[in-house]
Amino acid sequence: MYVAAKGGEAAIEQSWRLLAAERRGDPALAELSVAQIRSQLRLAVDRVMSEGALYDPELAALAVKQASGDLVEAIFLLRAYRTTLPRFGNSLPLDSAGMRLARRISATFKDVPGGQVLGPTPDYTQRLLDFALLADGAPPPPQASEPLPAPVPRIETLLAQEGLIEPPPAGDLEPADLTREPLLFPACRPARLQALARGDEGWLLALGYSTQRGYGNAHPFVGEIRRGWVAVQFIADELGLAIELGEIEIVECSLVSQFAGNDRTPPQFTTGYGLAFGGAERKSIAMALVDRALRAAELGEPVSAPAQDEEFVLAHADSLDASGFVQHLKLPHYVDFQSELELLRRLRAAQAAGAGAARADGQEAA
Amino acid sequence: MNAAATGYNFAFLDEGTKKMIRRALLKAVAIPGYQVPFAAREMPFAFGWGTGGVQVTASVIGAGDVLKVIDQGADDTTNAVNIRRFFARMTGVRTTERTRQASIVQTRHRIPETPLAEGQILVYQVPMPEPLFRLEPRRQQTIALHALADYGLMNVRLYEDIAQLGAIARTYDYPVRVNGRYLMSPSPIPKFDNPKMDMNPALQLFGAGREKRLYAVPPYTRVESLDFEDHPFQVQRWSQACAWCGARDSFLDELIVDDAGGRLFVCSDSEYCGERRAAGRRGPAPTAARHDPLASVKGPP
Repeated sequence: MYVAAKGGEAAIEQSWRLLAAERRGDPALAELSVAQIRSQLRLAVDRVMSEGALYDPELAALAVKQASGDLVEAIFLLRAYRTTLPRFGNSLPLDSAGMRLARRISATFKDVPGGQVLGPTPDYTQRLLDFALLADGAPPPPQASEPLPAPVPRIETLLAQEGLIEPPPAGDLEPADLTREPLLFPACRPARLQALARGDEGWLLALGYSTQRGYGNAHPFVGEIRRGWVAVQFIADELGLAIELGEIEIVECSLVSQFAGNDRTPPQFTTGYGLAFGGAERKSIAMALVDRALRAAELGEPVSAPAQDEEFVLAHADSLDASGFVQHLKLPHYVDFQSELELLRRLRAAQAAGAGAARADGQEAA
Repeated sequence: MNAAATGYNFAFLDEGTKKMIRRALLKAVAIPGYQVPFAAREMPFAFGWGTGGVQVTASVIGAGDVLKVIDQGADDTTNAVNIRRFFARMTGVRTTERTRQASIVQTRHRIPETPLAEGQILVYQVPMPEPLFRLEPRRQQTIALHALADYGLMNVRLYEDIAQLGAIARTYDYPVRVNGRYLMSPSPIPKFDNPKMDMNPALQLFGAGREKRLYAVPPYTRVESLDFEDHPFQVQRWSQACAWCGARDSFLDELIVDDAGGRLFVCSDSEYCGERRAAGRRGPAPTAARHDPLASVKGPP
């Protein structure tokens, strides 16, 4: 029996209702509130804010709820909202040395000014399922700890005092904005970093990992990971002075890796940089790895691995692009497929006719 | 149609963005077939689902326009319905299924069978604007090839098809040369539709949102499908007529109608087929009346 594979408005509206019912789940259970998601699924919210390129925990939590926990879909929702917002201008560069720290570690020095601060991390939890969470038990509160000192200098600054690390890039570069200008290749480093910051965590994680396994020549050390709160400052034209808009929580990763030097530059350490909102620490490390790999051409290193290929890395980093285009395969392609069918039948008919003719020729010869 | 939804600008995009897109379109019209980069916005549709065409339409549509949206030639495919509803909500403009009544036709994968006229705009949704991308995936390279009008790669590709298969094996997204200069992807329309692009009186605009490129074919511009003197370009032909309206000059979709694999060939252009049947034309299928492809959007009379 033929069922028309064409749907109209009624089908679409019904799909909305089914989706809403699926999202709500068992109505006998209490509905999850946006405030709960914001407070208790923080790392999901942080990832959605990072890749959604909008620091708004409440809207990110709403997106997570609306997307039934599908974070790539939640990122899409947040971006589609973000694109409607007006753009006032550029904030001043964040002063991460002045960060109100929640966590700060260095893998390059045993002790550093300001100390090593583990903070909230799953790194040493032993990853045993905690069955107590099945029941509704409240965890023991952390011990009261001394407030962390501020400001704590960045490790890079300390290395720079000895000239062992490349100087930071000139600070007056006008930042790129991929939401206003398309990404063109070759891209400047600010545009690259923006594309990586908006890029899919899984993509960057796999590419960063590949550089550690020999696809690209990376020998990085975590110079520093720091997570905490920093002030966002903005110069309002009307006032002519910097005003503080508020604080955001970020995690910053600075990787240090060797550079052999060349005629102009003595051997020194170079850096890769990663930044994400909230506690998206894995993303920040992966981003720093890929940033360093993409600097290969600039530093005169051979460009041979996928992670060093700027166009390959950046053109495929955005989860909205990737998810949309992969899933567009669900859309009807009747017309193109029909064209292929027609061609295939014609080619097969031609081949069969040709083969038949060849056989007939052979029989005549024999 | 109801007034536009409140809380959003007319046609969703802010005026600054529309202006940016219209500027890019002006450049595209001035250099037919040339791909103009633009900062495509995130839209409330997934990339790859027509965001480029939607942004173009949103930038050129005005309150007095009449919009038709088709996908695979039909007004009633889900994606066409979705995009049409979006514009109805965001602009309040009148929508139509009649090509002749529309001032803007947004399409995915087809050009309407009904000829377009001066003053009409045909907006194509484009997945991959770069005609050379299967031969050279790097943008930095293809930009240089276009600048030099170096299209040897594509000619060799088509020649290899002939050498190996006896015919050019491109059936859709068949490359064209615009105004004797730029190689252009006509978007994944069947090559059946390619000749309609040539010297078309309507303005043809192409939007690729995910790839962030726009291009255009101005009215009455030469659009040639690539071919060779001894292998001239040919379009698909069917041995059947449309089972519903009897048309022999339209692109036919193949339907599998029963478990035994029975086939039915019908017009992919639902408006064209519907108009012919309204005029009393009938195809060979006795059940044609029960399979009105426009029934679901026509609603009760």
